[in-house]
This record gives sequence, structure tokens and C-alpha cells, in this order.
Amino acid sequence: MELLSHLALGFATALTLENVLWCFVGVLLGTLIGVLPGLGPLATIAMLLPITYQMSDPTTALIMLAGIYYGAQYGGSTTAILVNLPGETSSVVTTLDGYQMARKGRPGPALSIAAIGSFFAGTVATLLIAGFAPPLAEIAFKFGPAEYFSLMVLGLIAAVVLAHGSIVKALAMVVLGLLVGMIGTDVNSGVARFSFGIPELTDGVSFAAVAMGLFGFGEIIANLEHREDREVFTRRVGRLLPSRDELKASLAPIVRGTALGSFLGILPGGGAVLSSFTSYAIEKKISRTPERFGKGAIEGVAGPEAANNAGAQTSFIPMLTLGIPTNAVMALMVAGMMIHNIQPGPQVMTSNPSLFWGLITSMWIGNAMLVVLNLPLIGIWIKLLTVPYRILYPAILLFCCVGAYSINNNVFDVYVTIPFAILGYLFRKLDCEPAPMLLGLVLGSLMEEYLRRAMTISRGDWSVFVTRPLSATLLAIAVVLLVIVFLPAVAKKRDEAFAEEES
Amino acid sequence: MRIRNHRDFWSGVLFLVLGSAFAVFSSAYQLGTPARMGPGFFPMMLGVLLALLGVATIWMSTARTNPETGVERIGWRPLIVILGSVALFALLLPRLGMVVSVAVLIGLSAIASHEFRWKETLLEIVVLLVLSWLVFVKGLELQFPVWPTLFSP
Repeated sequence: MELLSHLALGFATALTLENVLWCFVGVLLGTLIGVLPGLGPLATIAMLLPITYQMSDPTTALIMLAGIYYGAQYGGSTTAILVNLPGETSSVVTTLDGYQMARKGRPGPALSIAAIGSFFAGTVATLLIAGFAPPLAEIAFKFGPAEYFSLMVLGLIAAVVLAHGSIVKALAMVVLGLLVGMIGTDVNSGVARFSFGIPELTDGVSFAAVAMGLFGFGEIIANLEHREDREVFTRRVGRLLPSRDELKASLAPIVRGTALGSFLGILPGGGAVLSSFTSYAIEKKISRTPERFGKGAIEGVAGPEAANNAGAQTSFIPMLTLGIPTNAVMALMVAGMMIHNIQPGPQVMTSNPSLFWGLITSMWIGNAMLVVLNLPLIGIWIKLLTVPYRILYPAILLFCCVGAYSINNNVFDVYVTIPFAILGYLFRKLDCEPAPMLLGLVLGSLMEEYLRRAMTISRGDWSVFVTRPLSATLLAIAVVLLVIVFLPAVAKKRDEAFAEEES
Repeated sequence: MRIRNHRDFWSGVLFLVLGSAFAVFSSAYQLGTPARMGPGFFPMMLGVLLALLGVATIWMSTARTNPETGVERIGWRPLIVILGSVALFALLLPRLGMVVSVAVLIGLSAIASHEFRWKETLLEIVVLLVLSWLVFVKGLELQFPVWPTLFSP
């Protein structure tokens, strides 16, 4: 009953007054900012990340960060349902039926089924993490530098393959991220690379500042080009809870969505995106009345929301056990850990058990808070949604600027956001997904370190990556993945799978 | 050979330029040998790889299967106004303090909107200043000057 004692340790950590309080603050702030239209979870987390830098206890900081994440995600669903504006790709599906339900005067049940589905999925996913993380970490302890390097290659490639859009461009974005990660002092030689004589750059560029520029500012500039047209439901929400029939109809989709999302979330890449799209497709296919989908079918909200949340949660597994972030949000989590001198990886579980299990159980607590918090507060979220963008964005700018400043109490990080905002805006115009760049950025110096160590051990023999069986297997999977997506038949299917979001 | 997908073409150019730049700058650092990599080795590898991916993207933008896509025009006004106000904020904060720099940031950035209304913006400046004082100065106790150093007691 090791699992129980682990969970007990987790609850003991997560249920301290301080941690519960910060978890609550995280969930509340995350939802508050996530609800604002045009701000996805990534921008929300990037904006709030510096707050957690100030905390002295890394466990509390991570618990709050995780809280911000669920909050932001749930806030995104609220915006998707009420205003038909998806904050991120994974809530695109929610707009299809959720918004239709809202238009038909049933926004309450749509919102509450999203919360209930997410809570169920979160509970299952938390148990899965608790069960699967230790054995995975066991495997990770067998890894040498060569295996770690290959694992990162696999992680980055898989993230690219499962994301949408051009694969070559996404690969280029990963490499660009790795290169930006090279900026700063090289730990082996002490040489300041790409710092161009600027003393602040010898510490490297701040991850939060890059993320704010790419996602926060880039998004604001892009949004300002278009005049806004929003239709918000300011009328009374009316009935909140779904009827008995609606609950019954949602039960099976929630269970299926949870299973699907939990599985896909562990895989690198847009786990949450892929799982919500797949869940919607499945529900539509097996429904006896597929014609109701797109016109306000509650199954079309329940399934994808559960899948989305389960995927979001199980994506913590590779991050916590292997130290590999599988999506951009996890890359931000890694950055949040590293600022507190915790290197994510299998050793966290043994060296910091209370942090590890505290974080996992806090996920469940956070999800419970989401349900308790959001259902009564829906009225406030709706009020927020009616605030016009012209008033919102200067406030967002202000919070980003002060956030960037607070990273090092230095305006240099505010300046850093500017070139990345320009890049982020350009990438938007050129159809380049900026998220893979963040993955590269956070893994850059680690990958170099493992490559160097592996090559030193092998005395400069490159074949070490293919002669060690574990490393060879990991690389082989990466190659197979790449070959598969370039096969014409698969490429076509992949385009179809992501086609729905463009339409 | 004709460019069909202009977005891909320009992405490729961007990758090629950035990759080459990183490769060129890396050559200033010691490359070392594979067994003892110098600080320039890995960045050089990545720079060359990025440049190659850029070439591949450019090449693919001419493929016949591509739909014809152009690049949307750049919205210079929001780009310059927003980033200008951010830069000004960074410039003013250590010199004139939070109150002035926040007012400038909000006031200037609001102009970028199509629906700028000066009364509303003034009100917003006041509200956000009060909020900033409560959250950043009192709550989080961030370290920055609040007033211009000239007037501070």
C-alpha cells in the first residue's frame, strides 16, 4: 500500500493552510485571467509565472502554478462557451456545441457540465499519475547521458509530429528555441555566448519574458488589428445545473473522454488538443443522433472537456518523472521548478517526496476548488466578459510589464520581451506555431550538457547513440514517427484530423 | 519554380537568416572536438541545422500541391504603438517611478485601439494606478521607485 502512504504524504503537504490558500489564489487568478478573451492558458501562465518566483517554498510555488494552469484552462472553456472565442486550440471544440447551448439559453448546464467533466477527469488522472509515475521514474534511473539526449530528441520530435501545421516549420521552431537557450554563459567553459557585451545576457534570456513577448504581446498586437465583434450573453444565466437527462447523456462521454485524454496526454505534443478533437469525433460517430452535434449537444461539451482536462493533467507524468516537458505549458512548469533550483527528473520523487506528492494531490484539490469556485462565480465571469478589449489590453500590458520587471527587479527583462513580441507577431503572420520554440528553449542547455557528457564518455564516437540499446530504441521511435508523418497517406489523414479547427 | 506559399517562403527566409547568424556568431567561439566540445560546437550544429530547415521550407513553398497563400499585411500601427509604450515604460520606470511610467504605458498603448476614447482612458489610468499601488507596492512589495526621485521626500 505504498500508493496510499504516498498519497497521505501528499495530502499532508497539500492541505497545509498556506498551500491550500495559494492553490486557491492560483485557481482564482488563473480563472480570472483565463476568462479574458484573447488570453489563452499559455499567456496567462507566462503572465503569472513571476509571482511564483517570489515564493520561498518551491512546493507552494508549484502548487500555485498548477492551480493557475487548471484555472486558466477552465477560464478558457468559459470564454469558449459564452463568447465563442477559444482561448487556445484545445477549447476550439468546446465552442462548437457549448456556444450553441448558450445561444439556446442553456449556458448554465454547459458551464457546469464542463466543470463536472473536468473534475471527474482530474480525479482519475491524479490517481493515474500517482500510480504510473514511480515505475516510470524507475526506468529513468537507468538512463545515462546518451539515453537522456535521445529521449529529448524523441520528446521534441514527437511534440512536433502531434502538433498541427507544417512539420518542417515546427522543427525549425524547436531548433530556434534551442539556439535561444544557448544565449548566456556556457557552464563548461565559462564563455558568455551570444551576449554581445550585455552583462544581463550572460545569465541567459528569461523564460518568462520570452513567453510573455511571444504569447502575451504578440497576441495583443494581432488582436488589435481587427475590430472586435463579440456577442456576450449578458442575460441571466438561469438554471446552472444540468437536468437529470442531460447528466445521464453526459456520463458515458465523460468516462470515454477521460480514458482517451489520460492516454493521449502522456504522449508528447498537443496532448490536450488531440484528445479533445478525437473525443468530439468519437462522440459524434457513436451517437444515435449525430445531427444534433454542432447544434448544442451536451455530449459534445462533456466528452471533449473531460478529455482535455485529463490530457492536461497526465502531461505532468513525463515532466515529473523524466524531466521532459511535452508541451509549452509543461515547459513553463519546468522553468518554474528550475528557478527554485529543482531540476525536474526522476530524482525529484526521492529527493523531494513531499514536493512531488504534494503537487500531485494538490491537483485534485485544485480541481475540486474549480467546481466549488466556478459555479457560484459564473455571474462575475460573465461581467468580465463584457469588458471591451480596448480597456482590457492596456491592463494586460501593465501586468505583463510589471511581471517581467519583477523577475529580477530589473527593467532589462521588460526590454527582452520586445524582440520576442516582434518575433511572435511575425510567426503569427507566417503560420509558425510558437509553442515548440518554448520547448526548445527550456531544453537547450540540458540537451547540450547531455550531448557533451555522452560524447566525452564515448571518446568522441557518435555511434554511442545507436549502440546503446535504450538510446537506439528511443531514436528509432523518433525516426519512425518522422517517417510516418511524411508518408502521403498519413499526412492526408493528419490534415483531416486538424481540419475541423480551421473550418 | 514559382513561390506558391508566401508564408512558408518568408518563414524559410527567416529561419535561414537566423540560423546563419547563429552559425556565424558561433564560429567566434572555440569549436573543440566531438570528445571535448567547446562552447561553439552545439550552437554551430544547431545554427547549420536551422539554416538547412530554412532552405527546406523555402524549397517546399514552391511545391505545386501548395495552395496559393499570401502574407497578411503587417499592422504597423499597433505593433509600433504597443511595443513603443512598453519600451517607454521600461525607460521611465527607474527614472520617473511607477506612477508616471504606468500612466504613460496605459495612455499611450490605448491609442493603438480603433475605438480610443480619451475620457475612458483617463479613468482607466486612475483605476489601474490605484490597483498597482495596492497590489504591487503594498501587496507584493516590489522594489521600484513610486514617485519621480525629484519629488520624493
